This record gives sequence, C-alpha cells and structure tokens, in this order.
Amino acid sequence: MVIGQSTVLAAEFPPSVEDFYLPSILPWGAENNYWFTKVTLLVWVAVALIIVFFLVSYRKPQLVPTKKQWMAESAYGFVRNNIAVEMIGPAGVRFAPYLTTLFLFILVNNFFGIVPLVQISPMSHIAFPAILAVISYVMFIYVGMRHHGPLKYFKHALIPPAPWFILPLLVPIELFSNFIVRPFSLAVRLFANMFAGHMLLLVFTLGGFAMINANALLAPISLLSWVLTIALTMLEFLVICLQAYVFTVLTASYVQGSLADEH
Amino acid sequence: MIDFYLAAEEGAKTVHNPIIPVWQEIVVGSVAFAVLCFVLMKFVFPMMEKTFQARVDAIEGGLKRAETAQAEANELLEQYKAQLAEARTEAARIRDEARADAEGIRQDVLAKAREESDRIIAAGNEQLAAQRESIVRELRTEVGSLAVDLASKIVGEALADEARTQGTVDRFINELGAADVAGGRR
Repeated sequence: MVIGQSTVLAAEFPPSVEDFYLPSILPWGAENNYWFTKVTLLVWVAVALIIVFFLVSYRKPQLVPTKKQWMAESAYGFVRNNIAVEMIGPAGVRFAPYLTTLFLFILVNNFFGIVPLVQISPMSHIAFPAILAVISYVMFIYVGMRHHGPLKYFKHALIPPAPWFILPLLVPIELFSNFIVRPFSLAVRLFANMFAGHMLLLVFTLGGFAMINANALLAPISLLSWVLTIALTMLEFLVICLQAYVFTVLTASYVQGSLADEH
Repeated sequence: MIDFYLAAEEGAKTVHNPIIPVWQEIVVGSVAFAVLCFVLMKFVFPMMEKTFQARVDAIEGGLKRAETAQAEANELLEQYKAQLAEARTEAARIRDEARADAEGIRQDVLAKAREESDRIIAAGNEQLAAQRESIVRELRTEVGSLAVDLASKIVGEALADEARTQGTVDRFINELGAADVAGGRR
C-alpha cells in the first residue's frame, strides 16, 4: 500500500517538515546538499522566465504597444502606479523598478506552489523571503538616512511627537516595531503563507491516498479530499497574489515612512 | 503503521527547522535575485519609462498641434470675417457714391433742361414782341393811309353831292370864319 503512494508523491502521510527538504538534483539524490535542489532550480527558472518574457516582449518597444508589450507594461504600470506612486507619491517612481522586480519575483516563485507537478514554492523556504526582507529593511533605512541624514532619521523614526513623559514608553516600542519586527514580519508572513499552503495541499492529497489505502470503503472520502485539494489550489492562487502584493506594498510603505517629513 | 512512521523519522539524518534558513539557499537566492534585478532594472524598466514618456509626449504633442491648428483656423476665420465686413462696407460706400453721382447727374440735366426751356421761351417771347411791334407799326401807317383814302373818298362823294352837303361845308367854313374872327378879336 505504501508503494503506490510513494511512487505518486514520494512522500508519506502525515506530511512533515522534511517534505520541504527535497533531495539534491546534482549530485543526484544527496541529502543535505542544497546547492542544486528542486527549490533552487525553481528560483533560477523563475528568474529566467521573467527575464526572457520581459526581454522578448520589450525588445522593440512601440508607442502603440503590441499585446505582449502591453502585458509587460501593465505589470510594470500596475506596481508603478498602484503601489509605488500610490504609497510613496511622485517620488515613488524612483522605486518602481525595484518594487516591480520584487513583486514579479515573489509572484512567479509563489506561483510554483500551484503549478501541477511542480507544486512547491521556493518561498516556502525561509531563506528566500528572508533575503527579500533584508533588502527591504536595508533599503528603507538607507533611504531614510539619505533623505534626512543619519541622526535626524533615527530621531524622526524613534521619537514620535508625544509628551515627554510618555517617550520612555514609546521609544522602545518604536524601536521594536520599526527596526526589529519589520524584517521578521515581512519574511515570516510570506514564508508561512507559502509553507502552510504547501502543507495544506500535501495533507489533502496524501490524506486521500492514506484513506483509500487504509480502507477501500473510504474511497468517496478520498475523492472528496482530492476535490478539496483542487478547491484549495484555487484558494492558494488568491494567497499567492495577495502575498506578493502585500510584501511589495509593505516595502513601499516602509520606504514612504522613511521619506515622510511628519509622522 | 506507527512503527513505520517512527522508522521513517529515524531514517532522516537531520531534522530540519523550517524557520532556520539554509545558507546555500541564501547564496543562490541572492545571486538569482541580483541577476533579475540587474537585468530588469537596467534594461527593461528604464526603457518602459522612456516609452511612457514618449507616449505622453506624443499625446501632448498631438494636443498641442491640434491646438495650434485650431488657433490658426480661428485666426483665418477672423481674418476672413474682417475682410468680408470690409468688402461689405466698401460695397455700401460705392453704392452710396453711385447713388449720389446719379442724383447729381440728374440734377444737372434737369437744371440744364430748365435753362434751355427758359431760354427758348424767352427767345420766343422776344420774337413775338418784335413781330407785334412791326405789325403795329405797319398797321398804323396803313390805317393812316386808309383813313386818308377813306377821308378823301368821303370828301369826294360829299363834294359830288353838293346839294346835300352845301350847308355842311358852309357851316364848316363859317365856323372856321367865326373861329378866325373870334381868334382875331382876341
């Protein structure tokens, strides 16, 4: 009974954290070798897909866009106008290229979570969200220091306009929320969503196999479980887009906070 | 079953903690993301901004061109209107002038005609008067001779009929004589 399940998914029920750590591709099958695994391969594929799409569709830009060019422009235009300019204001155009790259990178990597036969998102490994969160963290602090000057920036970020006697309480809170929690919340939010999404799909898929293997009478429930997998995939699609959007919007919002002159 | 899971768990060499990042993945992810950022931010998005700008320019340029053309057309229209009004006043002026000229000519002709008629009438009158004068003069002489003739005839007849007229002549002569005596006395 276990054999049929293993040949299909190479995973056992109940799924565990270990299901996220796939064996290495090169060298083939090696455990705990992470240079070239399915996940890192997917990251490269995502990067390659985005680059190829944009370079091909924007090789010869025209005033009246072709369909492909229009799609590429809408992706950039969406982040540029609806996130960068909306959140940061006219100065946000400067950040639009980075924010768009960030958005596309997260979106495509997330999307692997529901692509049939791929069905794992690199973002369910915290290393990747962590990199992006660190970049956002460094960026908003750097932008703030550039804009206000280092000392003034920290004063601006840490000391809210409040009566002096409440400051001893507020400054640690501001420090904690602005400079300690932000990168973690960014990274963990994305990672946890993707991790949980993958886990949910695993539970319902493997659960179906587990039930049908345990007792043939449970077959209808197995079927229900697989149908639910499809439904959850739809839900995952929503989460994927939402998380890519949220990560980008929060980064833009932090940058905006650094550039703002008032609280 | 449970034995199997335990065995599987024991079989895994290391237990992973999902919240601890794998450093190899950090390296791979950083490089991959850096490549992506480099390509997109260097070659793609600046071009998009350029295209957006070009599009804005094209639209604004088109609008400006249209505006200029509109202004030009308006100017031309104004010019035409002014010219038309000018032509109209000119025409009216010419018409007025012509009318005035015609009136002048008419007055002239009339005056001349009146003068001519006056002249003709005057000449007629003069001629008539002259003729009348000469006729009167002629008549006067003729009447004189006729009267003399008649008088002589009458006198002749009277002499022939002496018997009847003796008394008259005598009386006449008497009267003449009386008048001479009376005159002499005086």
